[in-house]
Amino acid sequence: MAQPHRLPQGGRVDRATPIRFSFDGRTIEGFAGDTVASALLANGVHLVGRSFKYHRPRGILTHGSDEPSALLQVDRGPGKIDPNNRATVVEARNGLTTSSQNRWPSLAFDVGAVNDLLSSVFVAGFYYKTFMWPRSFWDKVYEPVIRAAAGLGVAPQVADPDAYANRHAHCDVLIVGAGPAGLAAALAAAKSGKRVILADEQPEFGGSLLHDTTATIDGQSAEAWRIAAIEELDGYETVTLLPRTTAFGYYNHNHVALTERVTDHRETPAKGAPRERLWQVRAGEVVLATGSHERPLVFADNDRPGVMLAESVRVFINRYGVAPGRRIVFVTSGASAYAAAADAKAAGLEVVMVDLRPERDCGPEAADLRLKGVEVLTGQTVIETKGRKRVAGLVVAPCANGTVGDRRVIACDCVGMSGGWTPAVHLFSQSRGKLAYDEGRDAFLPGVSAQAERSVGAAAGLYDLATCLTSGYAAGAAAAGVAGGRAFAASQTPTGFTPVRDLPTDANPAKVRAFVDFQNDVTAKDLKLAMREGFESIEHVKRYTTTGMATDQGKTSNMNALGIVSKALGRPLPAIGTTTFRPPYTPVTFGALVGPARDALFDPIRTTPIHEWAAEHGAAFENVALWRRAWHFARPGEDMHAAVDRECRAVREGVGIFDASTLGKIEVVGPDAAEFMNRMYVNPWTKLGVGRCRYGLMLKEDGYILDDGVVARMAEDRFHVTTTTGGAPRVMNHMEDYLQTEWPDLDVFLTSTTEQWAVIAVQGPRARDVIAPLVSGIDLSNEAFPHMSVREGAICGAPCRLFRVSFTGDLGFEINVPADYGRAVWEAVFAAGEPYGITPYGTEAMHVLRAEKGYIIVGQETDGTVTPDDVGLAGMIAKAKKDFVGKRSLARPDVVAAGRKQLVGLATETAALVLDEGAQIVADPGEPIPMTMLGHVTSSYFSANCGRSIALALVADGRALMGRTLHVTTPAGFAAATVCDPVFFDSEGGRIHA
Amino acid sequence: MLDRSLVARRDRPLGAAPTSNDRARVAPAPAGVRLSLRVRGAEGLSSLGLGLAINRMSAEGERFSARLGPDEWLLGAGEAELETLEGEIAAALGDRFRSVVDVSHRNVAVEIAGPDAASALNAGCPLDLSDAAFPAGSATRTLLGKAEIVLLRPTAEPLYRVECWRSFATYVHGFLVEAARTA
Amino acid sequence: MLLIDCPFCGTRPETEFRCGGEAHIARPTDPSALDDGAWAEHLFVRSNPRGLHAERWIHAHGCGRWFNAVRDTYTDRFVETYKAGEQPSHPIDDARA
Ligand SMILES: [Zn+2]
Repeated sequence: MAQPHRLPQGGRVDRATPIRFSFDGRTIEGFAGDTVASALLANGVHLVGRSFKYHRPRGILTHGSDEPSALLQVDRGPGKIDPNNRATVVEARNGLTTSSQNRWPSLAFDVGAVNDLLSSVFVAGFYYKTFMWPRSFWDKVYEPVIRAAAGLGVAPQVADPDAYANRHAHCDVLIVGAGPAGLAAALAAAKSGKRVILADEQPEFGGSLLHDTTATIDGQSAEAWRIAAIEELDGYETVTLLPRTTAFGYYNHNHVALTERVTDHRETPAKGAPRERLWQVRAGEVVLATGSHERPLVFADNDRPGVMLAESVRVFINRYGVAPGRRIVFVTSGASAYAAAADAKAAGLEVVMVDLRPERDCGPEAADLRLKGVEVLTGQTVIETKGRKRVAGLVVAPCANGTVGDRRVIACDCVGMSGGWTPAVHLFSQSRGKLAYDEGRDAFLPGVSAQAERSVGAAAGLYDLATCLTSGYAAGAAAAGVAGGRAFAASQTPTGFTPVRDLPTDANPAKVRAFVDFQNDVTAKDLKLAMREGFESIEHVKRYTTTGMATDQGKTSNMNALGIVSKALGRPLPAIGTTTFRPPYTPVTFGALVGPARDALFDPIRTTPIHEWAAEHGAAFENVALWRRAWHFARPGEDMHAAVDRECRAVREGVGIFDASTLGKIEVVGPDAAEFMNRMYVNPWTKLGVGRCRYGLMLKEDGYILDDGVVARMAEDRFHVTTTTGGAPRVMNHMEDYLQTEWPDLDVFLTSTTEQWAVIAVQGPRARDVIAPLVSGIDLSNEAFPHMSVREGAICGAPCRLFRVSFTGDLGFEINVPADYGRAVWEAVFAAGEPYGITPYGTEAMHVLRAEKGYIIVGQETDGTVTPDDVGLAGMIAKAKKDFVGKRSLARPDVVAAGRKQLVGLATETAALVLDEGAQIVADPGEPIPMTMLGHVTSSYFSANCGRSIALALVADGRALMGRTLHVTTPAGFAAATVCDPVFFDSEGGRIHA
Repeated sequence: MLDRSLVARRDRPLGAAPTSNDRARVAPAPAGVRLSLRVRGAEGLSSLGLGLAINRMSAEGERFSARLGPDEWLLGAGEAELETLEGEIAAALGDRFRSVVDVSHRNVAVEIAGPDAASALNAGCPLDLSDAAFPAGSATRTLLGKAEIVLLRPTAEPLYRVECWRSFATYVHGFLVEAARTA
Repeated sequence: MLLIDCPFCGTRPETEFRCGGEAHIARPTDPSALDDGAWAEHLFVRSNPRGLHAERWIHAHGCGRWFNAVRDTYTDRFVETYKAGEQPSHPIDDARA
């Protein structure tokens, strides 16, 4: 019979809509509205997983997001697999494939369960104590074995095909939790007309009202009130209702992060709909109506499948119409379980009530339940459960003043336990609010708020329905800044409990396994052992035993752990402290956090106007900051090495064309522009004529090189500054900082023009011949337009700033045209160059060509600790300037001290050997370790033009070592290299002026 | 003499086709003129939007002026209006010290319009875009995902113009298309 | 994510801003007049208080202006923001004192 444990009536499930999914290969039938947990229970499936450490059989403990045990792998299709889903949260639907975790080969027969027999070995701190020696075992033996044995689910193997959305939202009042308190808060806040967001992790709003079927509010059934409240809220345009949305993080300044599960519950989601949406809400005020969690009781074998929380038994009966057992024993130390017992009895199930409290401490609920024909035992303790993969009996005994009486076995197939309630103060605590221990409620309650926040209802320790409603309404009104409270009449809620820690027992304490943290398999015995070993702070006990450190963050276990530590140490509970609650409240998918930032949207990929041309002409690209730059243009059959050799030779022998558009550009404008440049750069600028260029070197205030680049004076009051590709934002920030904060009196403005201009470098002896037919309005002759000058004119009819500059050491031009003309001009230049064999070259050839000339690259020859003198550029420094950024630091003792590393060339003894960049340099390869390191190789290439390898290096006192043989590390040992001038090609420098 | 066939044409980085999503329609805007105007102490002047409050804009047709900071304006105009606009700046500011930089090719604009446009923008823009917080005539530099943008809302219509630097245009456009799809 | 009150734009999210370290450390008008010790102090030594700290912020992805803020380094609460060149109205904690 399908669903043998579905009750004949009742529940909110839609009995007209049957659904099927699979669990460990078996087809499970349920109804729309079921969770996976309720459908499994309807089919009598209680064993759903194996525990983390001992591989003990585990069932369903709770009915919500606090579930520590019933964790499933859920497969929604290819790539849509994720582990550690709580069966009590996953909505059952057609097409789901679910499976149990942490078992092999099968759930019923799990080899790892041998750990349970060895549990006396796997005590607290087991890993710390065991896997220490020998050290060599760690990588090869311990870690792989531990990793294979531990952990729960299995990570997916393929990329996640789902889409995830992100949404920044703002509201005046954010209400977290749509139980009675949250609904009342929303009703009050909505009336103000302000923007309200109401979020709840469940598919339906109502919280406890969804299963409190006998409650009444203002003379109507709670259900009728709930429906009316939601309808009213839905009618406000200013109210956003977010079901299936979990607030998981509460950050600074009322920034709250929530995940909305948009499509997982749908068999056929709308096309393009995201799986989840991350809401980043900035709220004026926050109302936390997050409810509370029931506490398990701590007794031997309390983890047996079939043992669950009392309120969860009630939820499965009332909300899902499922009998979690036919003969249910409730064990409680408080009043609320009586409501569960009464509902179970009313559903036609056999019920026994075991109350741990003495008869005199029980409220009228005990008598009421007896009147309904239920046996109620009081003054009891629980010794253990019977059964193996499903509870078969509960062993109880009378207990007074620590004396345990005669045992009695109560046969049952389900136990509903209640050790009281713990307010869900996680978000409050995340908001940095201070918790205060309340002895009467045996709970940490929200104390002083740190942000614009209010906690209401059960989250504030208020469990009575009318009080929840009233406190919620008042908080909602106050949060929205409107006056007025409202009294609610509601049926009475049985509240109050006597805190119990681990239950008294007459069993051998060494044999008792009474679980506190079900997910991390931590028992009361483990906690006591930790204390015997000297751990007393709860933060230490937590880390040593791992209690409360699983994905459920100890929602069901923290108060029990604290209570046991407190009792064992004989110190009041607040003196033990409470652990810190950290986001996320419940596990969050990586997808939700990543959102749209994947694939093409992972990072902006910056490309130049000439990028497509390069791609069409076979360029390989390299990443430079966020830019993609053409690296080389290997032809079919050519490797990179051959391509770079060919490109380098072409530039020296004919002409090459290079996309330099990524260079940073800044327009410096104003009457004080030259003065500003004087202060920002080491060079002098006052006398630089209009139409002239200069190589500029920029330091940080500590005297080290920050950036470099050619600067052109376009007018008396206008400079065209260029920077390195990666340094563009850094230089702009650096300049703006000084301009705004140190010299606001200077009349200068800075504008980034990096992307206004496409830059086409045409380099080589034939460069002038190539561009001449395309340029109008500029005399290109050497006399009229010498090296390091700039002219404005037109190329191909487009306005241009034409630079005569060179980063190759050969005749060269850099054509700056407005970016949208970039490709057209590039193509025209390329066509005009074809008779001269014009060769496109990439960044690699550019690097080789400049290294042949000993030109530095900031970030390659420099590393943030290199001065102008270190790289032989002291001559750039304007001697007459009294001050510029970094000047004072150039006189610091360590900067003027002898022995600094200086830029030199290195010529390897073996001409073909290309050294590794970063390789260390020593004087004596025979020196015992640790050897004296003289410096390192900063750039190294094979130079086709030089017919040998070339390298630049920073070497201590390098300029004094010219001609000396040093030794450089290589993968094959040391290689000898001679220190030489860093200019390897055309050392007279005549070619650049051709 | 320059061969006419070699005369370059503007080539924008994005295609022109809008998306078909009516709730949040994403469309690259045509090329235009953009000038970055920097000037201090010009708030008293009324022309060119110099009197606007910070983060406010005025717009008429293709012309707009957006005040992005205490001394910074972004001026927009149709493609043929560069000289006209420069002339107006000269007329308005006379000899007053200023910086005018042509950024027409640096900036690329994408428009997003429709009832879900603000929600889609909020996929990557952290600002409150409600009518109360970001009404008609709002303009500001801000972020969209990992890109810096200038966000302009010329009118009360749910139509926003997103301006970014050229090399970020593919990312910004792709981000908006994806955001519109999942808004 | 913090909310920061830009003196020009109003309250904006933290991601639009960048912090530039301690405020009110003016660059000496004549650095060459400082001895090595004084220059090192200027370059490298900062107050690093637990409590109210005056610091420089730039509304980088907004109006682009540098301004100053007093922030409590313990609670992350911003006490006030004010334009560059102005002085805070709150006393600043100085861990060096
Ligand atoms: Zn600002």
